[in-house]
Amino acid sequence: MKLHPILAALRKHKAGTVLISLQIALTLAIVCNAIFIIGQRIERVNRPTGLDESNLFLVTQQWVGAPSADTADGVEKLDAMQREDLAALRNLPGVTSVAPINSLPLLNSSWTGSMSHDPGAKLGGNDNTRTAYYFTDDQALDTLGLKLVAGRAFTAGDVQHQGFRDQPPRPIAIITKALADKLFPNGGAVGKVIYSDGSNAPTTIIGVVERMQTPASGSWGNDFAWYSTLIPTRLDANFARYAVRTRPGQLDTAMRAVTPLLYKVNPLRVLDDDSVRPFSEIRAKAYRADVGMAILMGVICLILVAVTAAGIVGLTSFWVGQRHRQIGVRRALGARKIDILHYFQIENLLIAGIGVLLGIALAIALNLWLMTRYEMTRLPVSYVLVGVLAMLVIGQAAVFVPARRASNVPPVSATRAA
Amino acid sequence: MLAYYLDLALRSLKRNKALTALMVLAIALGIGASMTTLTVLHVLSGDPLPGRSGTLYYPQIDPRDNSGQLPGVEPPEQVTLTDGLNLLHAGRADRQALMTGGSVPIQPDSSAVDPFYVESRYTTADFFPMFGTRFRYGRGWNAADDEAKAREVVINGELNERLFGGADSVGRNLRIADASFRIVGVLDDWEPNPHFYDLNTGSYGRAEQVFVPLQTALDLKMEHNGSNDCWGRGAGGVGRIYPSESCVWLQFWVQLDSSSKAADYQQFLVNYSQEQKALGRFAKAPNVRLRNVMQWLAHERVVPDDVRLQTGLAFGFLLVCLVNTVGLMLAKFMRRAGDLGVRRALGASKRSLFGQLLVESGVIGVVGGVGGLLLAGLGLWVVRQRPSSYAALAHLDGTMLLTTFALALGSTLLAGMLPAWRACQVPPALQLKSN
Repeated sequence: MKLHPILAALRKHKAGTVLISLQIALTLAIVCNAIFIIGQRIERVNRPTGLDESNLFLVTQQWVGAPSADTADGVEKLDAMQREDLAALRNLPGVTSVAPINSLPLLNSSWTGSMSHDPGAKLGGNDNTRTAYYFTDDQALDTLGLKLVAGRAFTAGDVQHQGFRDQPPRPIAIITKALADKLFPNGGAVGKVIYSDGSNAPTTIIGVVERMQTPASGSWGNDFAWYSTLIPTRLDANFARYAVRTRPGQLDTAMRAVTPLLYKVNPLRVLDDDSVRPFSEIRAKAYRADVGMAILMGVICLILVAVTAAGIVGLTSFWVGQRHRQIGVRRALGARKIDILHYFQIENLLIAGIGVLLGIALAIALNLWLMTRYEMTRLPVSYVLVGVLAMLVIGQAAVFVPARRASNVPPVSATRAA
Repeated sequence: MLAYYLDLALRSLKRNKALTALMVLAIALGIGASMTTLTVLHVLSGDPLPGRSGTLYYPQIDPRDNSGQLPGVEPPEQVTLTDGLNLLHAGRADRQALMTGGSVPIQPDSSAVDPFYVESRYTTADFFPMFGTRFRYGRGWNAADDEAKAREVVINGELNERLFGGADSVGRNLRIADASFRIVGVLDDWEPNPHFYDLNTGSYGRAEQVFVPLQTALDLKMEHNGSNDCWGRGAGGVGRIYPSESCVWLQFWVQLDSSSKAADYQQFLVNYSQEQKALGRFAKAPNVRLRNVMQWLAHERVVPDDVRLQTGLAFGFLLVCLVNTVGLMLAKFMRRAGDLGVRRALGASKRSLFGQLLVESGVIGVVGGVGGLLLAGLGLWVVRQRPSSYAALAHLDGTMLLTTFALALGSTLLAGMLPAWRACQVPPALQLKSN
């Protein structure tokens, strides 16, 4: 099949050719970038927190008329109330372990600070590494299902307590592997000393856990998403959070039992509908917007591709109708059906080829523009290549029906008026 | 003439039903998607107080220490209690109010109703006249009540409905957080969106139900919600534990009726910062900002990036749909070159042919526009079902309705322009001969 007659015919339909190429180019540019955004969102949503997320729930509660956490006496009273709650929860049937904790990954309520190699480091200095603190106790690793990769876990003797606003020294901590690698690139973090939040009191790293995400799910937390620090301290305030792990299959039963149980321990408190939540709900809430955006973009991409395919079908159908007689002449002169079919397929390949070349340029330009305005990374070449291939295949699929109709034009139509 | 063209257009559209449907559907989908996202963007980036927002300013000063701060950084987004009260008492603006948010338990007298928590705002008196809140009954309190820590409260219409069945409740008592308050005013429906005066408690759909004088709330240690930014050894700010002095946690708003007053006020903020530095309270050189409402909302990037991205995507989609329509119309008009040649030969001018073809694309535009409007309605309904904070606000208003139609008709006429022009260029004789 020679290209010459196809090019000659296309030259007669310049405007149509340009328009359909342009449409393919725009579709490619938009769909490539949209799929890239969808891919990024899905990657974010699917990253593991490092927790064993099943059979885990969180209790958030607040005491009414609680003593002040600003006095030593008040702190002791609050701590006693908290220990009372913990004991009651730990005795609940189906519950395997319970840990007090100020937040959980993806909860979007974080206590952040900084870690430094030197004592008394200024906040915001160069040596500082940002981290998110989890204040908890010796049952934290079991309750959250964290994997210890070096050193040891907290023991009951390690656990301290403090008022919410106090800043006592933090003698020991467990950090994540990501944070350990950042602070001590040569390894061997266990046993080393660091200084937290510009303090002069040393903190010894006693253990390293494989992975634990910080509470921030938004993009502002991306820089330190894996830099978590566990401190064996119960925080005493007029509110408390407890992470609870249950035996498999007993999550619902245990969750239902929590509210009446805590009211029985101490009725002077507020527990509402949101107070007892499974971790799956915390995850779903944190990523709701990302999932919604991915679905919306996916739907628009699908419709966009459908419109473009329909446009190709429509335009080619017109051309087939317009060239009815010419096709008949070619057939009468000996062209086979398959030759006619190939003619339209190659014509479409040419048009789509011009379209995707233009589309690659547009896709990259659009990506660069998006990078200047939004948090976006460079579009990987693989996305563009897959997009190009997909557009060519869609073009061929769309052209097939009208091309088949063209190939069925009988040679006798050459003798009839158009 | 128009009737004749319409008749021709309808005949022509009927001849190719599948193609007509495809063009109408493409336009409708493009318009529907663009208008849905544009309406959301329009609602979210709207002016919360039209007519007033230009004279309302949000002063920012920088009381932080020098540790780790680079020059040129923005001052904190709120003020400390000391600075807030200093600026309030200086009274250099036409009106000024210091405020923060929280939540309080309402304890109705009748034992039939359980206590419940509502969002509250602790503010000084100018809040009401400055923001132009409409009152259904009564009025706000005055500056003297502020200082006297008066047990007075303004409630909104929703709470008044819930507690008093919508009756005039001014003068009645209400138990809030274990203290008795006298209701002095009931607001009409007043819910500025975005919630510009305190973006920390959520940007949209977050109107408070209870307004308490700031000094009264501080005195009673009512529960505080919102953002606390601390430096140095500052800490606290959960529930009834108020943040310490090196924390910013209150919002201070001023009304300045002219731009010269705004310039004067900015100078006043610089002088105040210098004065505080001399006193040893501030560590840095004066670092002040004075933005009006819309500037403040733009600076805070209130409109979510995702919403902008969606709007961009939808307009890209509309563009593809239009290119699609142009291509299809071109093919269609060129196919009709024969008919057009006959009309030209019978004496129709190029202009009247052009008009006829534009009417045909206009018909597609109108039908596509109606379809787009229906789809936009459906799209907004879907948006309202979503759990985002702004979901309930997504409604088409009159402006957006007109914009939809203008967009649909304008874009299809534009799309019809090139094909119609091309089709008119056909020399009549050639067409007659070839047939």
